[in-house]
Amino acid sequence: MADTIEIRWHGRGGQGAKTAALLVADAAIATGKLAQAFPEYGPERMGAPVKAFNRISGQEIRVHCAVEHPSIVLVLDETLVDSVNVLEGLPENGTIIINTEKKPEEYRQKLNFPGNIFTVDASGIALKNIGLNKPNTPMLGALVKATGILDYEKMLADTAHKLQKKFKNKPEVIEGNVKAIKDAYEEVSK
Amino acid sequence: MPVKTEVKQLVAAKTGNEAMAEAMRQIDPDVVAAYPITPATEIAQIFSSFVADGQVNTEMVTVESEHSALSACVGSAAAGARAMTATAAQGLMLMAEIMPIAAALRLPIVMPEVNRAISGPINIHCDHSDTMFCRDAGWIQIFSENTQEAYDNVLQAVRIAEHAKVRLPALVTTDGFIISHAMETIKILPDDEAKAFIGAYKANYSVLDAAHPITVGSIDLQNYYFEHRLPMINALKEAKAVIKQVGREFGEKYGRPYDLLEKYRMDDAETAIVCLGSTAGTAKDVVDALRDEGQKAGLLKIRVFRPFPVEDIAAVLAGLKAVAVLDRSDSLNGYGGPVFTEVCSALFNSIQKPKIVNYIYGLGGRDIDLHMLKSVYDRLASIKDGQDLGTIVDYLGARK
Repeated sequence: MADTIEIRWHGRGGQGAKTAALLVADAAIATGKLAQAFPEYGPERMGAPVKAFNRISGQEIRVHCAVEHPSIVLVLDETLVDSVNVLEGLPENGTIIINTEKKPEEYRQKLNFPGNIFTVDASGIALKNIGLNKPNTPMLGALVKATGILDYEKMLADTAHKLQKKFKNKPEVIEGNVKAIKDAYEEVSK
Repeated sequence: MPVKTEVKQLVAAKTGNEAMAEAMRQIDPDVVAAYPITPATEIAQIFSSFVADGQVNTEMVTVESEHSALSACVGSAAAGARAMTATAAQGLMLMAEIMPIAAALRLPIVMPEVNRAISGPINIHCDHSDTMFCRDAGWIQIFSENTQEAYDNVLQAVRIAEHAKVRLPALVTTDGFIISHAMETIKILPDDEAKAFIGAYKANYSVLDAAHPITVGSIDLQNYYFEHRLPMINALKEAKAVIKQVGREFGEKYGRPYDLLEKYRMDDAETAIVCLGSTAGTAKDVVDALRDEGQKAGLLKIRVFRPFPVEDIAAVLAGLKAVAVLDRSDSLNGYGGPVFTEVCSALFNSIQKPKIVNYIYGLGGRDIDLHMLKSVYDRLASIKDGQDLGTIVDYLGARK
């Protein structure tokens, strides 16, 4: 377990936290790693706080319990910071990436967290490129830029491939999502 | 242990439901009749896209209930078709009336089934109450630890169910959401290899064969009912050797061998947890950590619960000092869980036997983590050499 990267996603039902986790695992597996993605809550509960998890490793992953000590936390909806302990189990040298218009400094004070804080306006990027407030795919770009856990080009290619299967008849959705990932990759700040 | 295999397998990212649907695509059954229910819905949903896209030749029957789904499978299987369905929880319970009929008619229907708590209260998450409720229905029951096993087990179930000495329906389960909705890395056989492994199906009889007219589902009273149940009873006994043989062959060909049980670091173990399904994976990491500390801890995973591997379980556990059986359901018998009572029964006639305790855990999807499993091993370490057993049946992770 020592060399396993563990990630926790916080979102609200409908924002695509689970889908984002699935896309990360898919991209990790496509780049030759072993990975897991799983939701805390199975069915969609629109608007309710939900969590999803990833494990990425070079070795077989056997555990099937929730991630307790993630090294990376992603927050898809910043209002959750006030109602959920998004730092739970995150070590002091861990990384948190928040979807917000605010600067990381503002969150450093608010969270009183000494580790790595990144912010990105994933909702704004999604609205601009996809036309919907679906911050999950832009957060992939921010995640890869902030942590380097996946090869950027390979992740882009695999995600586009995965979206092509899902949105066969809506090529504009695929282009919008890919552009959103690229924008978030460029815009995420520490 | 994995062995070298020459078959080039595709590495893919699949959830448990996707993995089971993929196995169904390769099986290409004659008939699939199904009704949606969380967390199994995706299996038939994904499979229906294979039907719509012409990737399979299956007659897909969308029915009005699970009772009808299994009835349609029984009808088509009695006509000679290879039939499949998929369900969970309340859906399985609604099938319960038809399940023993499928077994008694010796129809090798294979059903992916996602373990989910039964109502009430209403809960859609994992426990084994649904599958255990149907444990005496004459179906083979295979539990999967992860998405890879979910895929492998569905393919093997077809071979097992259709084997001449078995001819019984088979359930292959995954743990709801924990595996059904978890994406993991799996290896998939090439289509031609999967099809060659399961082979062609030749039914024992067909109710539509006008040249050989038969009656299916007739009345059978005091004079012969007993004798007509015995072949089914014996087929479940015979199935044990068949399951082993199919699992061995799968291992030789594809590098992933299977048995009725999986023994993990049991060779010199003094204490062990016995469990089913996804918890076994988590427990393996706990065992490794304890072994690093010098504790002689092991794990016994029961892969096949029906038929119950009485002989193998007794052989593995008899020499241990202390054993904890983990049940993800309660028998509501005023005592303990179904796995516990059957493991105890398996050991009763052994001259040597371990101290044995039972934990009911994970009801309604309550998470079972590394700390909880470690606490069980700690208790076993404390009772293995003489100390009082204490509470025999306890509730792990429940608020007291």
